[in-house]
Amino acid sequence: MTDATAPTPRTAAPAVAPRVKVAMILFAAFALFPLLAFALDDPFLIVIGTRILAYAIAAMALDLILGYGAMVSFGHAAYLGFGTYAVAILSSYGVTDIFAQTLFAVAISAVFAFVTGAISLRTKGVYFIMITLAFGQMAFFFFISLSAYGGDDGYGLSGRSTVLGSNMLENDTTLYYATLVALIALFVLCHRIVASRFGRVLTGIRENPTRMESIGFPPFRYQLTAFVISGCITAVAGVLLANQAQFVSPAFMSWHRSGELIVMVVLGGIGTLSGAIGGAVAALLLEEVLGMMTEHWRLWFGIFLVLMVLFSPRGLTGLFEQIRGRRE
Amino acid sequence: MANLFVLQLLNGVQLGVLLFLIAAGLTLVFGIMDVVNLAHGVLYMVGAYFVATFAALTGSFWWGLLLMLPAAIAVGLILEVVVIRRLYARSHLDQVLATFGLVMIANETVKIVWGTSPLSVPTPELLSGSIPLMGPLRYPVYRVGIIVAGLAVALGLFLVINYTRIGMLLRAGATNRAMVSALGVDIGKLFAIVFTLGAVLACFAGALIAPILSVDTGMGESVLILTFVVVVIGGIGSIKGAFLGAILVAVVDTLGGVFGPILLREVLDPSAANQTGRMLAPMLVYILMAVILFAKPAGLFGAKA
Repeated sequence: MTDATAPTPRTAAPAVAPRVKVAMILFAAFALFPLLAFALDDPFLIVIGTRILAYAIAAMALDLILGYGAMVSFGHAAYLGFGTYAVAILSSYGVTDIFAQTLFAVAISAVFAFVTGAISLRTKGVYFIMITLAFGQMAFFFFISLSAYGGDDGYGLSGRSTVLGSNMLENDTTLYYATLVALIALFVLCHRIVASRFGRVLTGIRENPTRMESIGFPPFRYQLTAFVISGCITAVAGVLLANQAQFVSPAFMSWHRSGELIVMVVLGGIGTLSGAIGGAVAALLLEEVLGMMTEHWRLWFGIFLVLMVLFSPRGLTGLFEQIRGRRE
Repeated sequence: MANLFVLQLLNGVQLGVLLFLIAAGLTLVFGIMDVVNLAHGVLYMVGAYFVATFAALTGSFWWGLLLMLPAAIAVGLILEVVVIRRLYARSHLDQVLATFGLVMIANETVKIVWGTSPLSVPTPELLSGSIPLMGPLRYPVYRVGIIVAGLAVALGLFLVINYTRIGMLLRAGATNRAMVSALGVDIGKLFAIVFTLGAVLACFAGALIAPILSVDTGMGESVLILTFVVVVIGGIGSIKGAFLGAILVAVVDTLGGVFGPILLREVLDPSAANQTGRMLAPMLVYILMAVILFAKPAGLFGAKA
């Protein structure tokens, strides 16, 4: 499937073991992180940590189609939005159970991803990027005009979701660990998908759609399925983000957010699920650190981004490998 | 009702003309250089800030407009030489990331230089006031001026593209870039010219709109996405498609916002109609785009999908 003569020298088929190792190290670090927060007596770190973990889920979901399927979706923030608004809308009707909310979020996202994906996947390249961006904006404007839930101003949640009737998520540390559990579970899921026959077909389509089609794998079907799966996983991240912030607003689905998700994936090196998680951590930490130093952090983040693309196209993973002198 | 319709139709055409000015450059950059440029909306914003600054300095909108042009050329050239030029051979993903970075840099720089409060540009005296349309209906002269100026630029662009040597190269480049390069055309120079031309058109659009809009940092963003829709509908690389797409998108957007609720009132009760209309109106152009792409994946006049 990944042919040595393939025209685009992208990351080859996932060399499983070392990347799973990286992921396990990351997860262990996440699990120990609250201890650091307690040691520093800074509970706000836990809140930031939860946000990072939730975005790591979204970045991993995007990597599933961007890295393994070469589909540059520029509208993925829409699914974050569906997740957050699923929490807001259901809890306003008294349904606060997180599983019910997640199911609702996933259902909406599946429908939206199926319809918009089916249209977007009729096109390729630049068209695909712009169309997914436009559909993302469509969802954004829909929620802006949804005045029942605050429209542009957003909507504050009265409390966090419940788990089978218990309000244990009100505790920040519990929410943090719940998010970590979700991240690990979804990582295992994504990892299984990538390693499965379906995942191999997807990678094959990335490398050479015509060849895959001629040996009996119609790309459209596989790509659309991956697109829907990715959207649904991103919605889970949205559910967790709404709980973390206890506030939902269309800002979660602005096109800047979609861009930031792509930044996270690329920063970690595309086509490596653990890279997307690392990328989310790196991007959000960079944001926090720059934000502490200057109110104009976006300027420096933008400069960093341009320099990264120009000088280290394979993200931080590529940079590390360059430094260690290891080439694939 | 008819009065309202004419008024909104004119507003739609005025928005369409502006969208065309921005989309023309974007579609050429996409079509000829195969570069996704998210920073194109930034140029529109910068054009508005330039004219606001120069008009305030000289006290005249016209001097502001005139001084804006060399500044726009400079910005376009600098962007091309420093960043865009290095992206031609790169993947679309890299282009998205780098130009996304440029958007962040530009928005923040504008905030640092001009502050966060919106600027306003006085309407030039020559074009103030309004002209009678039909019955009691009047229309601001300045908006008519925008339509005329935009159409004039569109005509000029049409003539350049269809009847000059550089236009011939542009058309050839949009169809087959490698062939043009193989025939001995300095493709690097051609790209720089195309990008700068696009930058100047976008800046010009921003400068034109400045007197009737407040000039602020967000103004490039909403327009950028609408322009993407225009380019996708019209077909990448097609100036004709950009023109028709721009008018179509702008008219649908403008009329939909006003007449959507009115039409819905026929089937729903008024408050529900207003509510649904308000929610559907901003989505109309995207639905239009989805329908057109469903029928023609390469857009109305697209050469390649």
